[in-house]
Amino acid sequence: MNKAIRFIPLVLVIILGVVLYRGLSLNPRDMPSALVGKPMPDFKLTTLLDENKTVTKADLKGNIVLLNVWATWCPTCRYEHPYLLDIAKNRGITLYGINYKDDKTMAKQWLAKLGNPYKMTLFDNEGKLGLDLGVYGAPETFVIDHQGIIRKRFAGAINTAVWKNEFMPLIATIMTEQQQGK
Amino acid sequence: MFKIFVITLLTYLTLTMSISTKASPVETFKFKDEVTKIRFQTLTKELRCPKCQNQDLADSNSPIAADLRKQIYAQLTQGKSDQEIVGYMVDRYGEFVLYRPRVSSLTYVLWFGPAVILLFGAIIVVIILRSRNNKEENTELSNEQQQKLKKLLHDENASSSDSSNSSPKEEQH
Repeated sequence: MNKAIRFIPLVLVIILGVVLYRGLSLNPRDMPSALVGKPMPDFKLTTLLDENKTVTKADLKGNIVLLNVWATWCPTCRYEHPYLLDIAKNRGITLYGINYKDDKTMAKQWLAKLGNPYKMTLFDNEGKLGLDLGVYGAPETFVIDHQGIIRKRFAGAINTAVWKNEFMPLIATIMTEQQQGK
Repeated sequence: MFKIFVITLLTYLTLTMSISTKASPVETFKFKDEVTKIRFQTLTKELRCPKCQNQDLADSNSPIAADLRKQIYAQLTQGKSDQEIVGYMVDRYGEFVLYRPRVSSLTYVLWFGPAVILLFGAIIVVIILRSRNNKEENTELSNEQQQKLKKLLHDENASSSDSSNSSPKEEQH
């Protein structure tokens, strides 16, 4: 009994070490979104390229939707942009953009110069939709399934590795669900 | 000379520090009464900025924190309750935004962990103290053992005077 007690501090320190070591490799920005599993919030916004066109939630339904939050003031968005152009070529996925709290002219120039991967870009000048989506920066990307349910929220830049590890498996899952008619 | 240098350095440091603490973001919100003002101040201190993570909304300079402060102000003027406002934030940003997390199955460890660890520590201390007491009881010799000890000591004294050539005092000569 006495001998066992002597090892308790050692055991505690080892447990603490394991917990702290694991903490080192965790990304504090990698938070679960409060909206995963919930329907896409309602909104009414104009598009970036056409001021007279009003878009609502209904216009995003039907497919697997990727909603990418971006802005010209965001350097990481520029890094991410070429990957988005690549992703837009995928069949079965529709990529929409949310231009988040940005300057309209600069945003238009951005798309003209770097290419436009988005089927449509919503112009969220006041960050209202961003607020409802729990966006706190850019870039962020949401995956919305065929039933309008938010399945994933990813904060940070997408690149090849992120796309392969974080998005591909989920998209495959949603596609099988679609085929099964769920 | 060195003294003057240190004094100027310290004054400079304290001055700049006091300036930097005053430089927390302040928008000019007008409150209809003192209670609303206090509610606003409490809410912005209890909600965490989702972007900067280790700052509350009152303290943060990031654009999202400014947006959320405006949102809280707007909802206060609309006459929403504190619970409704906190609920609004949690619905969008998750439990993460609460500096004082709610008691749920997710946060049991957080809320009750320290008490459990304290209890655990107290139990260990009690066990150690008890085993120590037991040891002290065991160190008391019975009459029989004491007599044996005396006999042994007596023998030792007798034999040491015989073989004294190995003692250190002798070797010093």
